Amino acid sequence: MGSFLLKRLAAIVPTLFFVSVLIFGLQQLLPGDPAIAMAGEERDPNVIAYLRGKFHLDEPLPVRYGYWLRGALHGDLGESVRIQQPVTDLIVEKLPVTLELAGLAMAVALVIGISAGVAAAVWRDTRWDYVANVFALWGLSTPNFWLGILMILFFSVKLGWFPASGYVSPSENLGENLAGMVMPAFVLGNALAAVLMRHTRSAMLQVMASDYVRTARAKGLDEKVVILRHALRNALVPIITLTALQFGELLSGAVLTEQVFSIPGFGKLIVDAVFNRDYSVVQGVVLFTATVYIVLNLLADLAYFAVNPRMRG
Amino acid sequence: MAATLVATDLPRELTPGQRALRRLWRRRGAMVGLAVIVFFVAIALAAPWISPHDPLATSWSAVRKAPTAEHVFGTDEIGRDVLSRVIWGARASLLAGVISVTISLLVGVPVGLTAGYVGGWTDMLISRVTDAMLACPFLILAIALAAFLGPSLTNAMVAIGIAATPIFVRLTRAQVLAVKVEDYVEAARAVGNPPLRIALRHIFPNIVAPLIVQATLAIAAAIIAEASLSFLGLGQQPPAPSWGSMLNTAKNYVENAPWMAIWPGLSIFLLVLSFNLLGDGLRDALDPRHG
Repeated sequence: MGSFLLKRLAAIVPTLFFVSVLIFGLQQLLPGDPAIAMAGEERDPNVIAYLRGKFHLDEPLPVRYGYWLRGALHGDLGESVRIQQPVTDLIVEKLPVTLELAGLAMAVALVIGISAGVAAAVWRDTRWDYVANVFALWGLSTPNFWLGILMILFFSVKLGWFPASGYVSPSENLGENLAGMVMPAFVLGNALAAVLMRHTRSAMLQVMASDYVRTARAKGLDEKVVILRHALRNALVPIITLTALQFGELLSGAVLTEQVFSIPGFGKLIVDAVFNRDYSVVQGVVLFTATVYIVLNLLADLAYFAVNPRMRG
Repeated sequence: MAATLVATDLPRELTPGQRALRRLWRRRGAMVGLAVIVFFVAIALAAPWISPHDPLATSWSAVRKAPTAEHVFGTDEIGRDVLSRVIWGARASLLAGVISVTISLLVGVPVGLTAGYVGGWTDMLISRVTDAMLACPFLILAIALAAFLGPSLTNAMVAIGIAATPIFVRLTRAQVLAVKVEDYVEAARAVGNPPLRIALRHIFPNIVAPLIVQATLAIAAAIIAEASLSFLGLGQQPPAPSWGSMLNTAKNYVENAPWMAIWPGLSIFLLVLSFNLLGDGLRDALDPRHG
């Protein structure tokens, strides 16, 4: 366990290094002088001089990277040029909103994806299998912002069941908060449900053809017990790993979902930053999501290692 | 004489490519997908002749009009014909799908071939950079790239192309690693072929099939990505039509002009679904172990 853990930990260092180089390098894509680009329309010479000093723009590139990396390692991702607030504070402030959305979406995806996948595998080549596969194709092909607009059209405008937009903090009013989250969570979880359904189906088919499932059946166990306790439990291992890795996709999707439903989360932060030319915020958000992804990836590997005795060697 | 007899008596041997095409032909889903794609390509090419109105022409007397015989899909918030904009919007979507995936292929395949074939430090370096790019969620990376490059359809295509490249690097590399230990590659090396020739003539043709499948599915993802960037205002700039930017304005008028949202969204859905169906069909047809 020790050497595996060390090796795995050592492997994320170069990845994180290249992520940081990549994200720092984004600045180089700005046409012309970054200070002028960041200063906005007014091009106030004082602002430009201030930005040039702040980002060490007169220093050579590797030195600038050094300053930036040192800051990032100390949790200092720079400051928003527009709101005059540290980027880290902005991320910490917006993150809970997106985490709630992503968590609910994940729950929706797990419930729909796994049950549809199990149904499709158990009733293989029947109408249920067909319906589940059509659902998966629909989920993978529908842009989630369009689905969001359609849901607003039917459930808010026509039926008046849920609010079309806006966000209420759960500490303020949990009921209203959840009512406002139903549609966004479904919209965001939809594509992930499709991915999970496909994987659950193939994992279940594989497991159900294995010897121990045949043995369980031969013992005369109830089919429900065979499927839920013997087959599904083993099929779940790769699915859980996959779910952790799909978290990045959820954050991507959240950008669009938050835009449709006007939810003031992480996604709205990056979109607003893009339009305000608030490049430190853009870089900070990307660096943060990439780091979260790398850590989740590591945790998924460790979980897999913990539940799979064959890997312990 | 005997040879000609054999040749005429036996059914003609099919090449693997022909066999794959036959298998693809039998997949109904893939063929429906292909037909829809051909339909959209035809619409995009014929846009100047078939679109009933100028997609940019505004009319203050026909603002947000529900579908009529004159405007079959209705009009938008400044009186432009929605059908004409949907037809012209097909160009942006298809262009974005094809060009960004071409960029990913042009960069990703040679880099992946190099990593897999050369190995050693080169492979280490390329793999780490690929890992780093894959750690950034696809759309967030594309948004960041588009933000720094500046909002335009061309930059959106470049951003999507770059963001999708690591998938092709990784796929090509894995395929090369599997193929390069095959006997025929060993044989080609043993008779003294130079490395470049082995990579291009002996390895590359044997890894094309999975690349075609991945490219087809990547076009679907790229079309959604372009629509997403345009929806956020980072792709096609107004007034030029794009399905994504049409949905961006449509979301503000869901209550009293729902037709503005239905058609562009349905077009994205159908086109993306078709590329997904074709990709799934190609996978089954090109890999005999499937299906």
